[in-house]
Amino acid sequence: MAEVAEIALAAPRELPVGPIGRHGIGYWGVGTLVASEGVLFGYLLFAYYYTGAAAQHGWVLEQHPALKLALPDTILLLLSSVVAWIGERGILDRNTARALLGFGGAFVMGAVFVAIQFDEWAGKPFGLGTSSYSSLYFVTTGFHMAHVIIGLGVLAALFLWTALDYFSPRRQLAISAGVIYWHFVDVVWLFVFFTYYITPYLGFGT
Amino acid sequence: MKALAYRTPTVGPDSVPHREGLLSLWETAPGLKGFFATVDHKEIGLRYIVTAFIFLLLGGLEALVMRLQLAGPNRALLTPDQYNQLFSTHGMTMIFLYASPILSGFSNYLWPLLLGSRDMALPRVNALSYWIYLAAGIFMYVGFLGGNGPNDGWFNYVPYALKDYNPGMNQDFYALGMILLGISTTVGAANFIVTALRTKAPGMSINRMPLMIWGTLTANVANLLVIPAVSLDFFLLWMDRQFGTHFFDPGNAGQPLLWQHLFWIFGHPWVYAIVLPAMGMVSDGLPVFCRRPVVGYSLLALSTVATMILGFGVWVHHMFATGLPGMGLAFFSGASLVIVIPSAVAVFCWLATLLLGRPVVTTAFLYFSSMIILFVIGGVSGFMTASVPLDWQLTDTYFVVAHLHYVLIGINVFPVLGAVYFWFPKMTGRLLDERLGRWNFWLTFIGFNLAFLPMHLTGLWGMPRRVYTYADGMGWDTLNMITTVGSFVLALGILLFLVNVVKSLKAGALAGANPWDAPTLEWAVPSPPPPYNFSVIPTVASRHPLWEARLGEEGVHSSIDRGMLLDDGKEMIATTPLDGVPDMIMEMPEDSLAPLCLAVGTTVIFVGLLIKMWDISAVGGVITIAAIVAWLWPRRELREREPEPQRPAGEKGAVHG
Repeated sequence: MAEVAEIALAAPRELPVGPIGRHGIGYWGVGTLVASEGVLFGYLLFAYYYTGAAAQHGWVLEQHPALKLALPDTILLLLSSVVAWIGERGILDRNTARALLGFGGAFVMGAVFVAIQFDEWAGKPFGLGTSSYSSLYFVTTGFHMAHVIIGLGVLAALFLWTALDYFSPRRQLAISAGVIYWHFVDVVWLFVFFTYYITPYLGFGT
Repeated sequence: MKALAYRTPTVGPDSVPHREGLLSLWETAPGLKGFFATVDHKEIGLRYIVTAFIFLLLGGLEALVMRLQLAGPNRALLTPDQYNQLFSTHGMTMIFLYASPILSGFSNYLWPLLLGSRDMALPRVNALSYWIYLAAGIFMYVGFLGGNGPNDGWFNYVPYALKDYNPGMNQDFYALGMILLGISTTVGAANFIVTALRTKAPGMSINRMPLMIWGTLTANVANLLVIPAVSLDFFLLWMDRQFGTHFFDPGNAGQPLLWQHLFWIFGHPWVYAIVLPAMGMVSDGLPVFCRRPVVGYSLLALSTVATMILGFGVWVHHMFATGLPGMGLAFFSGASLVIVIPSAVAVFCWLATLLLGRPVVTTAFLYFSSMIILFVIGGVSGFMTASVPLDWQLTDTYFVVAHLHYVLIGINVFPVLGAVYFWFPKMTGRLLDERLGRWNFWLTFIGFNLAFLPMHLTGLWGMPRRVYTYADGMGWDTLNMITTVGSFVLALGILLFLVNVVKSLKAGALAGANPWDAPTLEWAVPSPPPPYNFSVIPTVASRHPLWEARLGEEGVHSSIDRGMLLDDGKEMIATTPLDGVPDMIMEMPEDSLAPLCLAVGTTVIFVGLLIKMWDISAVGGVITIAAIVAWLWPRRELREREPEPQRPAGEKGAVHG
């Protein structure tokens, strides 16, 4: 195999100039952001399991957290990821209408999720300062909510920039980077949801 | 102008007109705007280094005051509360505001030069990282100077740090300041990772990266993954203090040990993060003065990574005395003992390099080689405390203080001082004075050992750390006096270092491009390097591009004078992470005020949180959002959007562009 260095000099290849598709430095930047944010949620959940495992019986204040709203809410958020992906496909297929529909639709679904979450908070029989469980519940879901709201800002920007006709299948790094962040926000909710809504049914901390 | 989406880079020779063209593209505008807007990695790196050194001096002064207090029994120079703040602030300063940022500074300055590149992969992130670091440092020092410094030690255990026991603003300054600093470290870490993976010169596969890159890259992967733990920890503390949550409050099913777990999950990897890059400096610097390539390159690279991986699993050795179950202690004790293996591998590689080389003794060489001794001493005392029963005896005594200073001064400050002697000529174009250098070295070396070697004994004889004074007749008087004398000798050595820097900046001997006849790429460019670093992008065929001829390796030819010109704009080459195959032409951002605005906005948010005036935080939030939007707005010149609208009629581009 010839040396990379020699080839680079003797027979330089044609190279993309700037980001093409997902292929760009910014995408790596978002990757590191997601990694760091991902572990942040890992530590939040560690705090929950650690505190819960060491606590006495009856630590979880709701033995059977109501799933009536939380479950559809979760499904809604996951579906919004699919809708955002459809938006991204719209850019790649040069279909601006589909792209706008995708980002706009994901935005609305995310906003509904936030509204339902606020409702969920309001309906809890405990407050932030009731116990270590309630503190963990509100701070963890609050951290997630903050990420959803930032994600809504991202989706709004993607919508605006798409409406301004900035992108093409070739130049669309901001789209892919923004959508991957939204996927992250949605996936991480699965972990939060499982921890706070499902594990009590499995007997953790009750 | 229709920007091409694909282009074959022109390969050509270096020339004067070419350099002039590059200079106009890369030079930071003069004046105030340029000062605040620059994204030049060399400028940012120097700012990091200077700022971190100022913090080193502040932390050193704090230490000297404490040593005066402890010079004899029953002294009353400081009140207990002043002493608490002083030793906590000393720890905060040295560990968070000096030890890591100084390494970031060297890495920021050197990485693109070592990698044969023109800037970091994310130059604006680089500027952001510095501004937030500066803001966090000022934030915490405003607290300290107003009598609100941290006062529960740098690791700040609850419940002392909770409001009931600590009602002042001390902990709020510390908690919020540390979260702010965490942002800086995290974005900096992201930048190092992307830079190492994507912007190496063509041909620089990962097995040709200088070892300093290995050290810093490894450390920053760790930073990216563990900083969130400590930021979260401090956030939860602040919530407990200000909003009545119960994370750490045992009265409401909270867990005081959660603080320690989250802190040390961060804290132990962090200890490696502030020594591995410095060990990398030694691995790169020492062989230059031994006049041969380092022995065991692959072993050193692998031991760096292995140390870090093991380092994720040893945090509980800081918590042996907290009453955790025996099984857990055994596991973490074992893991801590195993770390000796990669550390010893590194030591033997350096020793072999010394033995097989023909050492040229310079001040830099003395600092680099003495680090090996100090590392062994600090490593052995660390190994001792990895054993649970011994740790129970030694924890919270001066033995631990001696250990951690051998590690932090021995493996951070000594290599850093060596690095200044080594790279100062590259940064300034002038050599530091060698005669003063010897005085400087021997005073720091003797002073340091005089201060800290007897301190092991102080600990073994039972003196607890963090007490503001002690009774006489405990057998600690002489040892403490020796430590105080040693610390002043060390300080004198540092003072001579400063004298040397000031003197040599003006009147040092001119260095030329490669005063040490060193093998790596940074020595191929003029001293100080031009804004664009390399006029043509070098291509790399070995680990020591400038030593290939004399090492007589068959058919190995790195190219320094001929390469990709990349002068169609502010451009760099991106290469694949493992093999260093060119795969993209990067369009680099111009200087920008967005990083500074973002840092200011974020700081204003934190000031609002500190004094609980939410409207101030809201103003900060608006500035922050505006800065982010301006920063991320897709730009034509960075090829982030199409140069023209894609739809045919009636569409207008945005105002920004």
